[in-house]
Amino acid sequence: MKKRKFGLVLSSVLAASAILGACGTKDEDKPAKEKENENASSGESNKEGAFSVAMVTDVGGVDDKSFNQSAWEGVQAYGKEHNLEKSKGFDYLQSKSDADYDANLNALVRRDFNLIFGIGYMMEDAMAAIAEENPDNKFAIIDATVEADNVVSVLFKEQEGAFLAGVAAAKMSKTGTIGFVGGVDIPVINRFEAGFVEGAKAVNPKIEIKSKYTGAFDKADLGKITANSMYSAGADVIFHAAGATGNGVFSEAKERKKKDPNANVWVIGVDADQYEEGKIDDKTNVTLTSMLKGVNTAVVDISNKAKNGEFPGGKKLVYGLAEDGVKLADSRGAIPEDVQKVIDEYKEKIANGEIKVPEKVKK
Amino acid sequence: MSNRVINILVPIISIIIGLIVGAIVMVVSGYDPVQGYSALWTGIFGDSYSIGNTIRQITPYILAGLAVAFAFRTGLFNIGVEGQLILGWLAAAWVGYAFDLPKIIHLPLALLAAAAAGAFWAFIAGFLKAKFKVHEVIATIMLNYTALYIANAVIKKLSDGSFKTERVHASASLRSPFLRELTDNSSLHYGIIVALLMVVVMWFILEKTTRGYELKAVGFNKHAADYAGMSVNKNIILAMTISGMFAGLGGAMEALGTFGNASIKPGFTGIGFDGIAVALLGANTPLGVVFGASLFGSLKYGALNMPNAAGIPEEIVSIIIALIIFFVASGYIIRVALQKLSKKKEGQ
Repeated sequence: MKKRKFGLVLSSVLAASAILGACGTKDEDKPAKEKENENASSGESNKEGAFSVAMVTDVGGVDDKSFNQSAWEGVQAYGKEHNLEKSKGFDYLQSKSDADYDANLNALVRRDFNLIFGIGYMMEDAMAAIAEENPDNKFAIIDATVEADNVVSVLFKEQEGAFLAGVAAAKMSKTGTIGFVGGVDIPVINRFEAGFVEGAKAVNPKIEIKSKYTGAFDKADLGKITANSMYSAGADVIFHAAGATGNGVFSEAKERKKKDPNANVWVIGVDADQYEEGKIDDKTNVTLTSMLKGVNTAVVDISNKAKNGEFPGGKKLVYGLAEDGVKLADSRGAIPEDVQKVIDEYKEKIANGEIKVPEKVKK
Repeated sequence: MSNRVINILVPIISIIIGLIVGAIVMVVSGYDPVQGYSALWTGIFGDSYSIGNTIRQITPYILAGLAVAFAFRTGLFNIGVEGQLILGWLAAAWVGYAFDLPKIIHLPLALLAAAAAGAFWAFIAGFLKAKFKVHEVIATIMLNYTALYIANAVIKKLSDGSFKTERVHASASLRSPFLRELTDNSSLHYGIIVALLMVVVMWFILEKTTRGYELKAVGFNKHAADYAGMSVNKNIILAMTISGMFAGLGGAMEALGTFGNASIKPGFTGIGFDGIAVALLGANTPLGVVFGASLFGSLKYGALNMPNAAGIPEEIVSIIIALIIFFVASGYIIRVALQKLSKKKEGQ
């Protein structure tokens, strides 16, 4: 009995390799041919400098409506600007788990992309290892620091943008209570929280701020529950820095606004302009503004620099308010002019260094 | 048709059907199946790099599969492999970086710590089952969540608020420059030897020891075993503990080999749950688990190459891989069909 089952499994595996082998041999020469083509084309276009760029997403995926998507938009914009073809001139690979970072980065190295972006702090270790093994390739990592001559580390001063979000929230709150919904409790998200708290307290020292980390970037249900409890406890403006978890914050706010059109319920979006997320109908929208993180501009910027032979390898680039790396999105009239004036004043002060925003919440 | 022919035909036909249905999915969604499957093939066996990474992917699957299979043989359903694996991962990483010892002591110590952590977590479920008749499925599922969040909290504490522990020292690492060079910088590590060793261990315990005989007896018929004078409760606890040991070692593979540290996880790794399928595909035998894990691991790793080389979106790739495994697992249907077919022929 057992022997028979063993035989079954054994033959199944053998069969699998035999069959797959059959399709494999037929096409085995294909990748080689493709490579030839690629070499030929890159050789030709080298005159005008076809500098190819690719990126690896973290587990959020390329359509996460914030971080990864923003980076991919940057890569696409670069590709369009230089008339590159997708998959040859620019491309992305998605990671399903932490174990995929290494493999995906390597896959792009093997396809001879000139510059490879790793998106997200989670890729730090994989990036460090791959960069060391491939000293002749160029890499860039977002939201983390990798110290190597062929890697440029891109960081953002999220706290500066979040400071402005805090100012906006405190000014727009009628109850004197606002909320912050974070994703995983990590340094990047801590910077969002710290800036938000600091900004809110700057304009209203007595304001009450409810902070909560949901522990995930991909659980909209958790975001909804958290938003529910915050709104119920009197908060009227919530800032989220929680990726797709934040979508739940939007759906909770929209439900409340639908029930009572006069309710003072706002959400401040993150990373990308989340105006569309807060849309109820043509007139009503719960998105107050969004704190934009210019991953896309940074990606285009670095790609172009690298293309022109000015790759800032080994450097740590920090994009803040002064560099236009973080900012608030157009509120489309949701923020009245007098509040906008206050925001602009603070923006000025932070940009010229008058106010230093801490990276961690003071306890 | 003789049984032997059917035995060989069943898996072949199931895989062919899986591949065909997968091909249909690709054609319907507008992709070239030949290109897709050749990308899958080169993703698994294309060069030494892919082979290295495929083996790396198979390693934790073997151990997770062994864990599920071992409990199964004693009539227990260990759904908690995931949680046991996560704690083993954490324990191995901690021992790996917190101590400074010569390799000959350090590496075995880290592996032992992982095994102990996994074993302890499974022991809880085994103990509750034996003493209070708490069903092990419920206990282990709930212990998965506790393990995940305890591990996250501990990692945060250990790393002073960061999201990952320090890297394990070279003396505790399963990685080796030799293997990396051999396989063109893949992340292959010596863990595969540990995994295969455990395959032998499981076979030895089950087939060559009295204790193993008792464990199996409890699995076949609890009451008969009890009547024969075996302590059912003791065997349940023991089976769960050994099962958890395998799971914990699976975590050590990730800690000491693939990643070199432990980091906060927003969700489950999925290795433990896939281990259930691996064990079932392998008919709960040690060697069967190796083949089940090989199929699972290769498809999982090779699939990464399908978006890369053939431009097929990841979601479609997931469907195709699931279909192939689905048909391999439902080989029974094909067996019945074949038997009916051969009977008809004999009738004529």
